[in-house]
Formats: sequence, C-alpha cells, structure tokens
Amino acid sequence: MATYTLKINNKNHTVDADPKTPLLWVIRDIVGLTGTKYGCGIAQCGACTVHLNGNPVRSCSLPVSTAENKEITTVEGISEDNSHPVQQAWIAEQVPQCGYCQSGQIMAATALLKRNSNPSDKDIDAAMQGHICRCGTYPRIRKAIKTASRLMSQKASSN
Amino acid sequence: METQKNLTRRNFIRLSGMTGAALTLGYYMPAVGKESELMKMEAAERLGIELNAWISIDTSGKVTIVNHRAEMGQGSYQSVPQIIAEELEVDLNQVNIVSALGNQKVYGSQVTGGSSTVRGSYKKLLRLGASAREMLIEAAAKKWGVSASDCYAENGNVIHRASGKKLSYGELVQDASKLEPPKEVALKNPRDYKILRKPLPRQDTPLKTNGKAVFGLDKKLPGMLYAVVERSPRFEGKVKSIDDSQALKVPGVRHVLKVNRDVFSNMREGVAVVADNTWAAMQGRKALKVEWDDSAFPHHSTEQLYNTMREKVKGDMISFRTKGNTANAFAKAEKKLEALYETPYESHSCMEPLNCIANVTADACEIWGPIQGPDWIQSNLSKHLNLPMEKVSVNMTFLGGGFGRKAFTDYPYEAAMISKEIKAPIQVVWTREDDMTAGPYRPGMVYQCKGSIADGRMSSFEAKVAGQNMDTQNPGADKSVYNDSASEGFLEPYFNSISHYSFGDVPLESPVPVMWWRSVYASTNGFAFESFIDELAQQAGKDPMDFRRQHLGNPRYQDLLNKLEEVSDWKSRGKNSGYGVAITECFSSIVGEVVKVSKNADGKLKIDKVWAVMDCGWYVNPDIIKAQVEGSIVMALGAATKHETHFTDGKAVEKNFDTYKMPRIADIPEIEVHVMDNDEKAGGVGEPGLPPFTPALTNAIFDLTGNRIRKLPFNLDTV
Repeated sequence: MATYTLKINNKNHTVDADPKTPLLWVIRDIVGLTGTKYGCGIAQCGACTVHLNGNPVRSCSLPVSTAENKEITTVEGISEDNSHPVQQAWIAEQVPQCGYCQSGQIMAATALLKRNSNPSDKDIDAAMQGHICRCGTYPRIRKAIKTASRLMSQKASSN
Repeated sequence: METQKNLTRRNFIRLSGMTGAALTLGYYMPAVGKESELMKMEAAERLGIELNAWISIDTSGKVTIVNHRAEMGQGSYQSVPQIIAEELEVDLNQVNIVSALGNQKVYGSQVTGGSSTVRGSYKKLLRLGASAREMLIEAAAKKWGVSASDCYAENGNVIHRASGKKLSYGELVQDASKLEPPKEVALKNPRDYKILRKPLPRQDTPLKTNGKAVFGLDKKLPGMLYAVVERSPRFEGKVKSIDDSQALKVPGVRHVLKVNRDVFSNMREGVAVVADNTWAAMQGRKALKVEWDDSAFPHHSTEQLYNTMREKVKGDMISFRTKGNTANAFAKAEKKLEALYETPYESHSCMEPLNCIANVTADACEIWGPIQGPDWIQSNLSKHLNLPMEKVSVNMTFLGGGFGRKAFTDYPYEAAMISKEIKAPIQVVWTREDDMTAGPYRPGMVYQCKGSIADGRMSSFEAKVAGQNMDTQNPGADKSVYNDSASEGFLEPYFNSISHYSFGDVPLESPVPVMWWRSVYASTNGFAFESFIDELAQQAGKDPMDFRRQHLGNPRYQDLLNKLEEVSDWKSRGKNSGYGVAITECFSSIVGEVVKVSKNADGKLKIDKVWAVMDCGWYVNPDIIKAQVEGSIVMALGAATKHETHFTDGKAVEKNFDTYKMPRIADIPEIEVHVMDNDEKAGGVGEPGLPPFTPALTNAIFDLTGNRIRKLPFNLDTV
C-alpha cells in the first residue's frame, strides 16, 4: 500500500492504495466518483475512459501510481450541469439508451473535439473506434459529435 | 433514481416530496382472471387491500407516477409518464417519476421482458390519467355550480368554457379526492394527442451525460463489502477443494467462502472472495486455488453440439403447429427446395456486467441491482431465505443493458447467500470474463427448411428447429413437450396463405445454460424463415418483395410492405448494388427491413444503408422507437457478422471483447427508420426490430453476389 495525491476534476484527493490498483477502481471505490464505468478491464471497450492531462486514457488498465501529479478529468468534470456542448449535443440527439457506456463515449468525443473542432466521419471513426455501445447508439453518437462541433463553433464566434 | 417502498399514503408523500392532501388513484388487481379495479388510495386503505398505485397529484399540482418496470435503455422511464400526461392533460415537466420496488402482489408481473412495458399496460395507464382528469373536472364544475360537460382540462388546469374561469389541479385535488372515480371514461382519439406520438426527449437522458445515473455497480450501502466469485469454468462443476491461504493474505481480503447460484433450480457452485474493495477482491480471487470435480456431466464442444443438431434435425420433430399434409405436398411439387441454416450461441454481454447488492439480516433481505425481474427475485429469495414476501425488498437501479440476461434470479440469489453467510451488506461484482463465460446464452440452432412452389406460390413450408429448449432446463421439466416458439417470427398471414405447413423442434440436451436474448427465438428463426422465403421466391422466379406481397393478404401487412418498398425505392434499385428484404413479427409488432449492399473499390462488401419500417400499432414516442430499432439492427449486425460464443471441452472460449468482437462505430451503416401510424393494439418496441436485419442482409448479399449465406456468423470482408 502507498499514499497518493490525485488531482481529479481540479480537486486533490489523498488515497491509500496498492500501486498496481487501476485508476478506475480508485476513482470509483475510494474517491467515490461513479460516472466512470467498468466494462471489460482490458482496455477493449472504452467505458472507463478519463482524461489524463487532457488525453483520453483507459483507467481500467492504468495503475494508480502513474496518475499522480497529473490532471485527471472524469465525466463529472466535463460539467455537472450538462452545460458542456458535448453533453448538450448528446441530449439534443437523444444519444443514450441504457447510458452505461456514454461517460466513456463523451470523454472520447470531448478529447476529439478539443484537438479537432470539425472532425470528418473518418476522424470520428478513428477517435471512437475503441468504444463499444451494446445498445447500438453509434449513429446518434456520430450525429451528436457533429452537433457538438457546431455548438462549439457558434460559442466561439459569439465570444 | 428513487425507489418506492410500500404504497401507503405516508410513504408516497415522503418519497415524492408532495405537499398536503393528494388525489391518489391506482389499480387494484384482484385474483388472476378478474378485471382489475380502479380506486382511490383511501378506499384501498379502508378495505385493507394493497393498491397498485400509479399516480398521485398534490396540492401544488405536481404529479407523481410509480414506474413498475425496469429502465434498461428501452425508455420505460419516458413512455409511462408520457401516457399518463396525455390523458391527465398536464405538461410532462409536471410529472415526477419514482421507481417501484419489486412487489408481485401490488404490480402483477414486473418482469421487463417480451417488449411488454407499454403493450401490457397502456390501456390501464390511459384510463388512470383520464379518470383523474374527470374527477378534477367534476370537482371544478361543482365549485362553480356548472355542468362538468361545460368544462375542460388543459395544462394542469380545469377551465370553464363559457366564462374562461380557471382552477389549477393543485387547487382542486382536495375536493377531487372526495369524489368517486368514474365507472366509464372516454379516451382520446389518437389524432388529438398532444404528448403521445411526439418525439419528446427522454427524462433520463441528462442523468446519463454527466455521470449521475446510478447503475447497479454505482450503488453503495453503508458498510458494504465487495465480492468476486470464482465460478466453475465448466457449467456444472462441483468444488472439490479450496486453498485460500494465499488469497487471504491479499491486503483487504476478509473472507473466502463457498457459494451456490440458483440457475433454473440447479445449484451451480462457486467460491467467493470478499474484500474491502473491488480490486482487492479481484486480486484475492487470482491468488485462490480451487479444484473442480467435472466428472458428472459431458464436456461439450461447439463442434459436438452442432454435429448433434445436424444429425438430430434429420430425425422426427416434436410437432408444434401444422396444417394440411406437408410431406405429401412437398413430394408432389415440381419446384422444391431444402436448406439448412445455422445460428450461433451468443452472449448477452450487457455493457454493465452482472452485479448485485444484498443485505440479508435475521428477518429481512434487501436487494439492489440492475434487475429486469424484481418480482421473480422476491419470490425466489422469499422461498430460499424462508422470509415472508414483504420482508424481501428488491430495488431496481438503472440497468446498463439487459437484453434478457438481467431477468433472471441467479445473481441476486448468489449475492444474498454471501451476505447471509458473512452477515454484512455485499456487492457481488462479475468481471467481464465471468459475465461472458457463465451464460446463460442464446442457444445455437440448426434449422432444416423444406418448401415447395406450385402455381407461383408457396404450397408447403416445413421448418424443423434443432436446439436447446429454454423452457425445459429445470429439474423434472417435461422434455417431451414441444417448443411453442418454433414458429416465432413467422408472419401470421403466411399461416393462412400457405396450405401445408409444419413447425416443430428437435430438442438438444447440454449443460450449457441457455436463455432469452433480445427477441428470443425470433432472433434466430427470422434468419432461417426469411432466408428460406427468399430462396423460394428465387425458385418461383419472382421479385422477393412481390413474392411476399402475394402471400400477405392482410391489409396491415400490405401497408407495411408498400411503405417499405416506397422508402427503400425498391423498384428503381440499380444493378451495382444488392438489395434484400425481410419481414418478421414478434411481441405483436411487425417489422420489415431492406438492406442495400455494394462492393468497395478493393472488392470488399459494404452495407450502404438499412431501411426499417416498424408497425407496433398504438405507440408512445416515435424517437424512442427509432432508437430501439437502430439499436436492434446494430445488435443483429454483431451476431450476424462479428461474434459467437464457442465451447471447447465444456468451457466457453470467448471471455472478453478482444475475442468476442463487437460492432464498432465504423461498422455501422446509415439506418432510416419509419413508424407506421394506425389504430392497432400496441405491440412491443424493444425487440422486434432485430430479427429481420440479418436475413435482409444475407438476401442482399445473394442479390449482389449470388452467394447464399446459411450459417452465422460470417465475415463481411470475405464474402
């Protein structure tokens, strides 16, 4: 066991954990943020995706020891009130069905749009390919990413 | 998601945050077979009966509805309030929904399966809303000294037509609650709907975009421990020995214990590792050594299972549904055809792996989890824990997918047994590997179809289904009984237009547990039947759409087919693409789909587009229907072209998504969904869109390439 200080959603949390514990289980069981989901444990489904210094990573396969001194963002840190354009687009396009994978999908989409504000279908495929949705919301995810891109450019031009 | 405890007024008021007096109406369900009765909460309390209370309106005008079905993505969270709000004449925003606790006595069956949430209860829900509305109108009319027929309700108010006087529901509930519910109430004409049949946004969506929705795995109880269970890798293995010395050394691990799981009343064995957190439990399990006794049952492989089915399907079937003399018609016919179709075993693989919280104390049991069948769990645990039904409370969280798997009682049973033993609240977490390798699975099937053509029409149709019967897995089940789902998916008018038909099954026995998988038998029958009809159309030299039309006399089916032909532009389809059609029905809904395929520049097959037409009769929300059909098509695409569960030496081979490959975003074609508008009875929405996709796809591939695919799954890249 070791003690770590994790900066999650701009807030410091001190946790005691085995260094090999995946960040996912620390975030969920110890810090108590449950928006980040367990889906496969082997970085195949994307449900556990969080941002590490702004980049999407699979928290199920990332030991807690490597996350110290980095900015960790979970879905709760995107915005709690659904004000982020990606969340708004997800609501506008009525993407979620069961909703379980959507935290990961939203984390991937926000990371994509941060580095590419106007992604093509191919860009979307590449960025979202690691994310499984068993309900089959893929057509709406694609639409929502385009809607979010539009919302973000409107916001940028009105600022 | 809140949970409704028991439905006394006091509790109702506490849970809904309602103020003061309220008008509470619900249904009382007497003994099976009798008409249910609408009554007020007060009357029910007076009579000492438990009311199936669904709605309540308080003095602020707020409406609270108890949702008695699970929300697993299919939209019951939205559709139930939408139905009530329409007849009650309130804005959807005035409606607050609380989730019902599993309680068979109060709600009747709450099992969310068979696409039944809306179709099973919509008439009652409409009447409930309309009755409350009429009572509020009557209360206002009395107050004003006018006739109720001169008043109407709108947007949570009662208005006197002539004077424009207005009173809000909140101001009227106290008076209305003193009135008796009307015996008869007129329901609206669907053409006058303001809320129903509109694509209103789902109320649960915002909870699912910011991490706030509480799924089973997200629920925590104070003092809760976590368990991971090493279950027998072969389905019926018994624990021979346990070495827990290393497991107990893992920091955070507290207990190791043997535990049973009730699978169709067969006790399956496992060893639970209980720890302070999920990861510690998983590590403890890795350090655990269990020896299994697998000597009492066969260790089947996929090859053996299918060889047996291929052999059996040649033999006699247990007849289910027949007309005329199929053998004779087949023998006499000039044009005839025989074909064998095979469909794979499939895992449900909900994105939220199975999990369940149990807190068993000396005199009560509390369950929390992603649950499709709360009332079944209640009765199962009441029996096994020897507790009265009302001492077993079953709380439904949001479900991260269900698809049939979460309708069963095995995983709550196991959690309850661990909690009872260690005397603490426990959450059992299934790893993805546990979830994929334990089953139950959609059974693999082999179909033998025989059919003939006379005068350009189908003169005989025989389908023999070899596979495991989901209904005969309990010990002592009568295995000689026919499978009454052997013709599921086949269109009803075909039974009129085909003079000789015969459907039946040839059951297969295996330790592999099998179960409902989205759209159940129709998910595989549809592939065999609709492929075979396409092959018969080919034999008859007819256009596949026209051939079907010829056999579908019923105007409802003709309308659907015409719509499908029109939206897919079937008649002007080009030579460079392949088009396939398939139509199936299940859970009282009919769905037709057309798939268009073509070849890429590199010669690889690609699916260009899917058109779907859903006829589910009376419906609530077209956008939820569209989402369900889109999802059904994606799930069908996976089972047709991506994944299959194999067995080797009695064990499941695919354990996670690295080998059980899922469709991903780049695999998904454009999908266009249309919903038929008619006044037929409500049918299911969550499942019926699935069966027609695969045969429409393989029929399209045949149209393009001449290659007939009769075995699933197949690789699109090598067609």
